Amino acid sequence: MIIKDVLCPFCGCLCDDLAVEVENNKVVDVKHACKIGASKIMGHDRIKAPMMRDDKNGEFREVSYDEAINESAKILANSKRPLLYGWASGLCEMMAKGILLNEEVGGIIDNTASVCHGPSVLGVHEKGLPTGTLGQFANRADLVVFWGCNPVQAHPRHMSRYSVFNKGFFASKGRRSRKVVVFDVRKTDTAEMADEYVQVNPGEDYIVMSALRAIIADKADVVPDSVGGVPKEKLVELGEAMKGAKYGMVYFGMGLTQSRGKYKNIDNAVSLITELNAHGKHSILPMRGHYNVTGFGQVCAWETGFANAVDMSRGIPYYNPGETCSNDLLMREEIDSAMIIAGDAGAHFPAQSIARMSKVPVIQVDPFHNPTTEMANIVIPTKVSGVELEGTAYRMDSVSLRMRKLVDVDFPSDEEVLDKIIAKVREIKGASS
Amino acid sequence: MNLNATFISGRTVNQGCNLENKTSQAYFDAAAYCEMNSKDASSLGVEPGNNVKVTTDHGSVVVPMAICDGNPDGLVFIPMGPWANAVVDPDTKGCGMPGFKGISAVVEPTDEKAPTMPELMARLK
Ligand code: SF4
Repeated sequence: MIIKDVLCPFCGCLCDDLAVEVENNKVVDVKHACKIGASKIMGHDRIKAPMMRDDKNGEFREVSYDEAINESAKILANSKRPLLYGWASGLCEMMAKGILLNEEVGGIIDNTASVCHGPSVLGVHEKGLPTGTLGQFANRADLVVFWGCNPVQAHPRHMSRYSVFNKGFFASKGRRSRKVVVFDVRKTDTAEMADEYVQVNPGEDYIVMSALRAIIADKADVVPDSVGGVPKEKLVELGEAMKGAKYGMVYFGMGLTQSRGKYKNIDNAVSLITELNAHGKHSILPMRGHYNVTGFGQVCAWETGFANAVDMSRGIPYYNPGETCSNDLLMREEIDSAMIIAGDAGAHFPAQSIARMSKVPVIQVDPFHNPTTEMANIVIPTKVSGVELEGTAYRMDSVSLRMRKLVDVDFPSDEEVLDKIIAKVREIKGASS
Repeated sequence: MNLNATFISGRTVNQGCNLENKTSQAYFDAAAYCEMNSKDASSLGVEPGNNVKVTTDHGSVVVPMAICDGNPDGLVFIPMGPWANAVVDPDTKGCGMPGFKGISAVVEPTDEKAPTMPELMARLK
């Protein structure tokens, strides 16, 4: 059987044109996806049953779901400062349950944006976000800038579906309708395909944007001969090209959010767009990584008022990134237990943060064995969302789409596990109050 | 001979393909290597596949070297994952985001073995 119009549950492009062949309840072929999306949907070795161990250096023993869930609830209910981290590979429905669980245990809930586009959220708090949808950009943009992002490697179909090679209503010649510029510290595969590659010194993106802003505001005289490794003439040429665009688009990635300046880089990038909007129409969009990391920001914002790093220890939502983000909490040795769900802190946090996480009980809810498993005391395997479970996800441009179920499995969903943990936590808390 | 470098980490297709396959050799191959340009590699006297040790103020890690001539002189790259994270800066400078890019590093040839994922994690327990 071929299932058509399948959505890909890997990256923020959320490609919705896949054809997946299923035979005897097994995925046997994936068409139209990129190599990463196909690899995800074809599937990998997974954790077979719930497991527990007291000593993190010891062997796991298989346990029942009930035992793992009850033990997890006990740990969370008895913690003073539990951290509930991950969420981005899950569906919006389970995220809402996670936020409820966080409320019940008075913990901190944080998602993978913490180590990805968290600073973009801060940049947006400062300056807003002049943006739109990928459909608009695909049809209109005649100037496409990739700044500190490398879609060829990280979002492989972005350039063919939305930004560079696709034909659009006002871009009837596809690639030839658009000028593509890449700003990066190294000549990436994306830079190889661009019309212009602008090599920026590491950590100097901010001043390059400031120079462009000055040039666009007709203040080129204040710009020195070279800024951030880029000659002034080049910047003037680029500034003029940006000003002359009918619809300019800036996509940015972790080259901005993770390098010096962090959220200030985003703040400045948004200011650059504002400057440009005095001339043509320009928009900006973060290249979100996990397929539903955007969804967590949405659900968390409508449930708590904040997009991530929400501390419920006071009984009301409190948010102060730099204080309530996972790595800050870990480095201050503040947390006394952690639930890592639909995200892999073990692989993606700095080693020193993980060393601190290793000192507290860790509950992992995930289909796959990964570095977090190495640090876990309790492991609860669940369904692979978007392959074995349907539900809602948000594309990188905040358009919500319905993910599809392709095969049936016996594993519980994240939502079912969270429901049971919430019920048990209530029982424990109720008995002790 | 050592190389004074700026370290960055980032995504790659193969790292992405093995994101749910992290106990495999394929994940090791996709995430445990350090890219630099040919000039830097020859200044270190290392060939692709030879191990190098990358050291920063935050830690050190041994991984095989690979060539990427898109890198400017003195820029080294390890794909995002536990090997890169052995040397990144956990300090978020008050904004929640650790320093995954733009870290001063020293790279040197080594005979030491590159750790597997479980070996790397075991060091942190
Ligand atoms: S580009 Fe992203 S969403 Fe599209 S198929 Fe590849 S991994 Fe999936």
